[in-house]
Amino acid sequence: MNQSSAIVDIQNLDYSVSNRPVFVGLDIRIQRGLITAVMGPSGTGKTTLLRLITGQVMADSGSIEVAGENLRALSRANLYVLRRRMGMLFQNGALLTDLSVFENVAFPLREHTDLPERLIRQLVLTKLQAVGLRGAAELMPAELSGGMARRVALARAIVMDPELLIYDEPFVGLDPISLGVILRLIRRLNDTLGITSIVVSHDVKEISAVADQVFLLSGGKVVAHGTPPELKFDTSETVKQFVGGLADGPVQFHFPAPDYFGELLSRSEDP
Amino acid sequence: MLRELWDSLNDALEALGAVIQFLLRLIVNTPRALMRFDLISQQIFNSGALSLVIIMLSGLFVGMVLGVQGYELLQRFGSEEALGEAAAIGLVKELGPVVTALLFAGRAGTALASELGLMRATDQISAMEMMAVDPIQRVVVPRFLGGVIAMPLLAAIFSVIGIYGAQLVGVQFMGVDAGSFWSQMRASVALSDINEGIVKSLIFGVACSLIAVYQGYYATPTAEGVGRATTYTVVTSAVVILFLDYLITAAFL
Amino acid sequence: MGKSRTLNLGTGAFVLLGFAALFFLTTQTTSRGLPFMSPPHYDLTAKFDNIGDLKVGSPVSMSGVEIGRVSKIDFDEADFKAVVVLRINARYSQIPTDSDASIYTQGLLGGKFIGLTAGGADTYLKDKDQIDFTQSAFVLESLIGQVLANFTKSKAEAPAAEAAPAAAPADSKAAAKPKAAEKAK
Repeated sequence: MNQSSAIVDIQNLDYSVSNRPVFVGLDIRIQRGLITAVMGPSGTGKTTLLRLITGQVMADSGSIEVAGENLRALSRANLYVLRRRMGMLFQNGALLTDLSVFENVAFPLREHTDLPERLIRQLVLTKLQAVGLRGAAELMPAELSGGMARRVALARAIVMDPELLIYDEPFVGLDPISLGVILRLIRRLNDTLGITSIVVSHDVKEISAVADQVFLLSGGKVVAHGTPPELKFDTSETVKQFVGGLADGPVQFHFPAPDYFGELLSRSEDP
Repeated sequence: MLRELWDSLNDALEALGAVIQFLLRLIVNTPRALMRFDLISQQIFNSGALSLVIIMLSGLFVGMVLGVQGYELLQRFGSEEALGEAAAIGLVKELGPVVTALLFAGRAGTALASELGLMRATDQISAMEMMAVDPIQRVVVPRFLGGVIAMPLLAAIFSVIGIYGAQLVGVQFMGVDAGSFWSQMRASVALSDINEGIVKSLIFGVACSLIAVYQGYYATPTAEGVGRATTYTVVTSAVVILFLDYLITAAFL
Repeated sequence: MGKSRTLNLGTGAFVLLGFAALFFLTTQTTSRGLPFMSPPHYDLTAKFDNIGDLKVGSPVSMSGVEIGRVSKIDFDEADFKAVVVLRINARYSQIPTDSDASIYTQGLLGGKFIGLTAGGADTYLKDKDQIDFTQSAFVLESLIGQVLANFTKSKAEAPAAEAAPAAAPADSKAAAKPKAAEKAK
C-alpha cells in the first residue's frame, strides 16, 4: 500500500462543462489523517471536485491520484474496487427509500461481502451506535428527520471501514443541535478511525471549528489554503469577502445587467 | 421548416441509438442480475401481480364487448356459432397482447419510470455508484426483467378472461350454443395463433419495460423531470406498441 | 421477514396463474392437445391427388363419428400425390382393409375433413397400413368449371352429355365413388 502522505493528489487539472471552464490548472494535495475543508462561493464547482475525486466524472487534462491510484488509468472494475475504500455522505443522505435504517447500513456489507448474518448485525449496530441511532434501526427513511437521515447515511458510509470519508455539504438545512452533532462526529470519526476526511461546505464558522486544512476555491482555482486561523488573517480580497461574509467584493452582488436607469426609462416609453 | 424536420429526425435517431445501446447494456448485465433472483421476483410482483386487477377487469369488459359486437356482426351472416372462434382469435392474436401492453405501460411502466426517476433525483443512484454497487445490475435490470416476464403472463390471463367474457355474453345472454362456441374455436384456432400472441407480448414486454426504465434512469433529477419521464413513457410506449404490432402481424402472415 | 414471504407467495401465485392461462389457451382453444394427453392410437397413410385445404389437425371420421385426426401431410415426388397420415384412436381397431378415405367439406364453406367408408373385407387395418382407396378433395372452382364446360358441350352435342361423368377426376374406382359418396350423404 502506497504510504505517501497525500491521499488525494490533484495536479494541473482542467475540466469544463459544455465549453464553460470549471477548473483551470487546479492543484490540490490532501493530507492523510487530517480533516480538510473545501470551501468557496456557490457555483465554483465544489461538488464537481468531489465527483472528480470519486471518478464519477473524468478530467479533461491533468492528473488525479487517489490513494496512489491514477484515476484515469483505472478500469471500471478497478474504480469500483477503489471506491470501496472510500465513503461518501451525500447532501440529502441518499438513503435507499425502500430499505429500513438497518438494511441501509447493511447494504454495502451485503453487496460486497459474504459475512454471516450475525456478524453483519453486529457491525451495523456498532456503526449505528457510533452515530447515536442504534435504537432507530427498524425505522424507514421516510420516518427520519433530516439530521437523523444524514447520521444514518454516515453510519452507512463508515460500515466498510474506508480510508477516506467525503462529506458533501453536510450542514445544509440542519438545526443547531444536529449541526453540532455532525461536527463532533466528523472529528471523532476522523480521529478514532484514523481516516482522512474531506468536507465540502460553505459554513465558515462551523467547519473552521474542526478542519485542520482549508482550501478556498474561486474562479476555478485555489485562491487560498492553510489552517483556519491562517485564512482568517489572509489579506486577499477574495478570501476576506468569503470569510467575512461580505455582500460585495470580488464576487459581485449584481448579476450582469444593462444600465439601470436606461432600462427603467425605456420601458415607460413603450407605446 | 425542412431544417426543423431534419433536426427532429436526427434527434429521434439519436434517441433510438441511445435506447438500443441501453438495451444492450441491460442484456449484458442480465446473467449476473439473474443471480439475485429475489430482486427479480420482487419486480415480477410489482409489475405483474399488482397489475392483475386492472388486466382482469379490462379483459372481462373487452371480452364482453367482443361478445356483443361479434354476435351482432356474425348474426347478419347467420354465423353466430362462429362467435367463439372470432373472440378467441381476436383476443389471442391482437387484443390480448396490445391492450395488455397499453395498460401495462400506463400502470407498471409509469411506476418503473417514476421509481427510477425519483432514485436519480434523490441521489440514490449516485450513492450506489459511490458504494461500488452497479445500479444497472441492482436496480435497473431486475425491473426490466420483471416487466418482460410479467407481460406475456398478463396477456395470456387477459385473453383467457376475455374469452370467458365473450362466452358470458354470447352463450348466457345471447343464446349461442355453448358446444358450437367451443368446438368451432378449437377447430380454427391453431397453435401458431397462440405463438404469435406470445411472441407479440414478449416483444411488447421488452419494448415497454425498456422505455420505462430508460426514461426513469435518465430523468432530469427534478420534480418536473420525473413527471416528464412518466409522461414520455406512456406516450412513447403506446406509439411503439402499435407500430410493432403492425410489423409483427405482417411478419407472421 | 414476513414481508418477503407474502411477496414471494404473491409472485408465485401470479406466475402460476399466468402459466395456467397459457396452458388453457394452448390446450383448450386449439385442436392440439398435449402429446402425452392423447389416448393410444395407430397411424394409417392415404394418398390423394388433391387434398384442397385439408390441414394437420383436421378430423377423421367414420359414419359421422370422429375417430381420429390428420397428424402429418407430406408430398410424394415419385407419383406427385399428397401423403396424409391419419392418427386413429386405438379404440377403433376394426376398420376393414378395403375401406376408402375421401376428403369432404364441413358444411358449405367449412374446413376439410377425411371421411372413411367401411369396405367389406374380413381383415382390418393395422398400424402403418395404407388405405388404398381414396377420393380427392372437392374443389369448388374445378366443379364450376366442369359444369360450365358441360353446359356449353351439351348445348352443342346432346349425346356427348353421357360422357360427362367420365370426365370427373381420375381416381381408382372413380365411377363407383361418386355414387357411393352420394349414397353416404
